[in-house]
Amino acid sequence: MSYKIVIVDYGSGNLSSVERSLSRIGVDFKVSGRPEDIESADKLILAGVGHFGSAMQSLKERNLVEPLEKAVLTDKKPVLGICLGMELMAQSSEESDAPGLGWLDASVIKFRVNDTVRYKVPHIGWSRVTTKKESRLMKGVDDSAEFYFLHAYHLVLSNQSALLSECVHERNYAASIESGNIFGVQYHPEKSREAGLQLLKNFVELQ
Amino acid sequence: MSRPRLIPVLLLSGSGLVKSVRFKGHRYIGDPLNAARIFNELKADELIFLDIQASREGRCISLDFVNELAEELTMPFSVGGGITSIEQIRSIVRAGVEKVVIGTHAVEPDFVRQAAYEFGSSTISVCIDVKKTFWRGDRVHVKNGRVATQYDPIGFARSMEDAGAGELIIQPIDRDGTMSGLDVALINSISTQVTVPVVALGGAGNTADLIEGIQKGMASAVAAGSLFVFRDADRGVLINYPSDKRFLENYA
Repeated sequence: MSYKIVIVDYGSGNLSSVERSLSRIGVDFKVSGRPEDIESADKLILAGVGHFGSAMQSLKERNLVEPLEKAVLTDKKPVLGICLGMELMAQSSEESDAPGLGWLDASVIKFRVNDTVRYKVPHIGWSRVTTKKESRLMKGVDDSAEFYFLHAYHLVLSNQSALLSECVHERNYAASIESGNIFGVQYHPEKSREAGLQLLKNFVELQ
Repeated sequence: MSRPRLIPVLLLSGSGLVKSVRFKGHRYIGDPLNAARIFNELKADELIFLDIQASREGRCISLDFVNELAEELTMPFSVGGGITSIEQIRSIVRAGVEKVVIGTHAVEPDFVRQAAYEFGSSTISVCIDVKKTFWRGDRVHVKNGRVATQYDPIGFARSMEDAGAGELIIQPIDRDGTMSGLDVALINSISTQVTVPVVALGGAGNTADLIEGIQKGMASAVAAGSLFVFRDADRGVLINYPSDKRFLENYA
């Protein structure tokens, strides 16, 4: 069976890479910022780049916070957050005073680095991740696969049971998470070649 | 920590791909989209496309071209050339580009600041072209190296970091296209003074140069033009990229 996939459009502006990736794996999807489309979707993808505060503001201005909350928390629709999209699911971020969507028991902090010559912020580049928990999201993805990271902030989980994989940038931090119907990746699957496409395919095909 | 990146830099002049030596004598290399396709297949870490005429001609890199690139590439890439407005960046990001490169217009730190606020630091790279001047030592140059500014590279790099740039591409003009080695001292003097990643561009001619950029220059990435578009010192055109790019990990 095929699911109705909606990429949430809240004006963040860089959804096209995710769109192209889904097209490449032959997935039908809709890009929409309309509450009724979120209501009728089977699965949601929350992507985006930019500033936490301005992203939260756009979600509010487009009246998307409540429909999203209903879809994710009440109707338990699978949702995949990518980079900033995952960060938005936290309670708060050091990047802004605006509260997050609050779906995850987590906060977002800026990288704290001691060795600033060796560990640069933003963290940019290809990294392997260490699996902490098996997940349907990673089915068929090789353990040695590299993913592309581009971020200055990262998630801090209050409850480690949601942790799927970790990356190291001086210290360990969450590279991907799963909590019930909520999935999130700090890296960019849409720019991570075969491994990333496989991950997106896994999400789309989740039963 | 991610392993050090190896980044081909492709220069555009008109609709053609060119390669310069010390920012001069541009030689036609081929079709940029074709080269992009090959680097995509060779699994390059990232690509950087710079329209080297745009700033002087008072325009921005072609959005049509950026869209075509985004259609072809399944990998991260940056574009730059004559970017002077937030709206231009918005269109480029919307096309599916990870990072934009600001060059000449970075002399307006407020523009960099605004861009970083709007799109996040991770999206904004600044390319700093550096040339030795007779009286005043190293100075930042703009408009494809033609115009000297008053800024010394280290101070300028710091001010770009303060403004919110998420990455600095450091390019000593005198090394461009020479394949004679990186200016490791310059790269090191900047990468040890800033907390954002530094990309060393200009002069890489062989594997030893790449290693030196990482090991001694403390760069997060080494970028190169000639090394990845020429077969060897004879400069026969051959798009190439190492299949064992992970080797640099041992030197970080």
